[in-house]
Amino acid sequence: MAKLLSYEEKGTWIHRLSGITKLIFFLIWCALSALTYDTRILLVMIMISLIAFACSRTKWKQVGSVFRVIMVFMVLNLAAIFIMSPEQGCVIYGTRKVLFYIAGHYYMTREQLFYMFNVMIKYFTVIPAVFIFLVTTNPSELAASMNRVGVPYTISYALSIALRYIPDVQGDFHRIRNAQEARGIEMSAKARLGERIRRTASIIFPLLFSSMERIEVVSNAMELRSFGKNKKRTWYAMKPLGRNDRLVLIGTVLFFIAGIVITYADGSRFWAYWL
Amino acid sequence: MEPIIEFTDFTFRYRAQKEPSLFGINLKIYPGEKILIAGPSGSGKSTLAHCINGLIPGSLPGEITGSLTVAGLNPEKAGVFGMSKKVGTVLQDTDGQFIGLTVAEDIAFALENDCVPQEEMFRRVDRAAEMVQMRDHLDRSPAELSGGQKQRVSLGGVLVDNVEILLFDEPLANLDPAAGKRTISLIDEISRDQKVTVLIIEHRIEDVLYKDVDRIIVINDGRILADARPDELLCSDVLMEQGMREPLYVTAIKHAGCRIRPEDRPQHIEQMNLEPYRGAVLNWFENTPAPPARPAADTVLEMEQVCFGYSEKHQILKNVGFRIRKGEMVSLVGQNGAGKSTLASLICGFYQPDSGRILLSGEDIAPLSIKERGERIGLVMQSPNQMISKPMITEEVGLGLTVRGVSEEEVRERVEDTLRICGLYPMRNWPISALSFGQKKRVSIASILVMNPEILILDEPTAGQDYRHYTEIMEFLRGLNRETGLTILMITHDMHLMLEYTDRALVLTGGELIGDRTPAEILTDPEITERASLKKTSLYDLALKCGISDPAAFAHRFILYERSLRQTASGQGREVQ
Repeated sequence: MAKLLSYEEKGTWIHRLSGITKLIFFLIWCALSALTYDTRILLVMIMISLIAFACSRTKWKQVGSVFRVIMVFMVLNLAAIFIMSPEQGCVIYGTRKVLFYIAGHYYMTREQLFYMFNVMIKYFTVIPAVFIFLVTTNPSELAASMNRVGVPYTISYALSIALRYIPDVQGDFHRIRNAQEARGIEMSAKARLGERIRRTASIIFPLLFSSMERIEVVSNAMELRSFGKNKKRTWYAMKPLGRNDRLVLIGTVLFFIAGIVITYADGSRFWAYWL
Repeated sequence: MEPIIEFTDFTFRYRAQKEPSLFGINLKIYPGEKILIAGPSGSGKSTLAHCINGLIPGSLPGEITGSLTVAGLNPEKAGVFGMSKKVGTVLQDTDGQFIGLTVAEDIAFALENDCVPQEEMFRRVDRAAEMVQMRDHLDRSPAELSGGQKQRVSLGGVLVDNVEILLFDEPLANLDPAAGKRTISLIDEISRDQKVTVLIIEHRIEDVLYKDVDRIIVINDGRILADARPDELLCSDVLMEQGMREPLYVTAIKHAGCRIRPEDRPQHIEQMNLEPYRGAVLNWFENTPAPPARPAADTVLEMEQVCFGYSEKHQILKNVGFRIRKGEMVSLVGQNGAGKSTLASLICGFYQPDSGRILLSGEDIAPLSIKERGERIGLVMQSPNQMISKPMITEEVGLGLTVRGVSEEEVRERVEDTLRICGLYPMRNWPISALSFGQKKRVSIASILVMNPEILILDEPTAGQDYRHYTEIMEFLRGLNRETGLTILMITHDMHLMLEYTDRALVLTGGELIGDRTPAEILTDPEITERASLKKTSLYDLALKCGISDPAAFAHRFILYERSLRQTASGQGREVQ
């Protein structure tokens, strides 16, 4: 079974980067992507994301099904924008050029189309970054570096242990789904959507309870081995920041500053090719 | 010599309970001793362990009278953290206590929490890994390790701290017999080489006695009932009286009407002097009726040359073929990764075989969907928490019928019938959260039984449970099988379960079926037990040493004899709790 969205050691330079470097990159990347509507910057970001994604040698089967889910959300998101406020683009850009008439008060305008295009490519700037972060970061090493930049270790360890249990919880999920399906709770496409959502509960609750069971044992075991005894702890898996880490961090910060400057240069964070 | 652990008139009562769980305990344990603490569930043996490692009263509060000293410390004052420097605890759940992402990190966990510098940590982890023979696996993740290896890592994780006392809480519960044997050997080695004091809490007495222990302490109802050398203890009947399993050969000799004497050294069958008992055992064997041959019933489930693999290269099942007859109770055994769960998944239709056929009552089930098979083949998962999704018992049990559109009236009727069979009827209006673990397990079985399956498949029905729950569930299943004629297939690596509760065992190793015979025959076959990581039953050695030429027949008669004793003793095994 392909291990979805979990850390896999592949030994590329991205894997070798410190966890904190990847975390900071990821956060700055998301911030920039959220702030800017400058298509040029977003396109450059997509390119960089895709190159990094290729460098990390991430396999499609590691992320494929999550990608599909995100795509569904994206389409819903875009549809919702158009249905709720079909004139949003015109408001933003202050011009209006009708491409064609649809129905009722729905017109397809150049502005709306361009605005929605920007929203769409924002997804694509962030998605590869999320995937890279999740599948190339050794959870305990990440916890170590987060702790080093001042995050309390109880919190950083909690995060790492959550990542550590992703594969286990996935395994549970498959087993539970199969068993519930055998009991007659149809999860396949044959059932209607509403029914399927309702029946998801029959998987979620058992998954929750068996996870709780796990948590209890784990927390006892941790306490018996002195977790939480001191204010600080050391880390077996800690990696010192290397040359590459510094380069990536400096590069990311510079890119962020440049991106913000370009975005706000003309006083508005929306850029359009016809303006 | 000064004792390392000393209880003096020690009494402990949990805050939430009326009665103390430990009464006036007086116990001295000396440095370097190796002690087996045995007692049925609820006897107080875990409470005793928790007093030693400081979980009591630190995490589990209550009232203490009398005194306790462990390695010069008072656990009440030192607390869990203070005690963890002196006492290393290895829990029974091999997965749950594996915290780190890799072997090395897990061993280092306690050191990390003590702020040991990274350089020193590397050195000490290497040394501890060496001790538990995991030096070559430092980078492995838990998913790549077997249960026995995970347990060795846990052991390494406490040895890394140079503890003086090692405390094992049911170390054999989750291991296959061969891995269990290795664990016991390793514990033995470490106790000798590292000069630590070892306490083992376990009800599988015979398996622990594979290597010498100095003393066995028997606890029940919060009191120490016996504290003796194994050779002496095995001669008394205290274990049996407290509802625990003696080594099988000891019980067999007692059935033959002999009183065992300590000077014959009954601790190991290999070294025991059997001369005084041989005649009686032989006599018993000849005078115990041979088991009646089973009339051949109709075949319920049949596998024909089934092959399966997740990929071309990696074949998980190779030409597996067997048949299960109506009313049989069959066990499917083999070590982790032998293909047991995959086989069950194929039967339930979660995967399709690459070749071969699966027949249910003579009909090829390849075209049936998971849901359709679910009406005829009931699968019960390992933990009831993996199945229960409704808050109320009746809702949960009726779920399978409700979603199939059965009328409300009929659902109610069938649910009530099933609850009666499962001894849950008096609790039918309770919320599931009010039930004990064993009762939840019964609810999960009931929710499958309600669909009237032709065969019930249970995945590790007793995994990770203590002896009382184990017996409760197994007696319940046996009752179901006897009274309703239900066909049951159990996936397990527990030899006791296989020997005592099933009529036939299918042995799977590396995806191949290498045995399909009675458990008595399997467990007296040196070749099969070796290949499948099982452990020969000691009845085999006893039979051979007594000059019985057919050890399998001996084992078989012994089991049937035991079963008949148990049936008369606990005819009320189905009482409502």
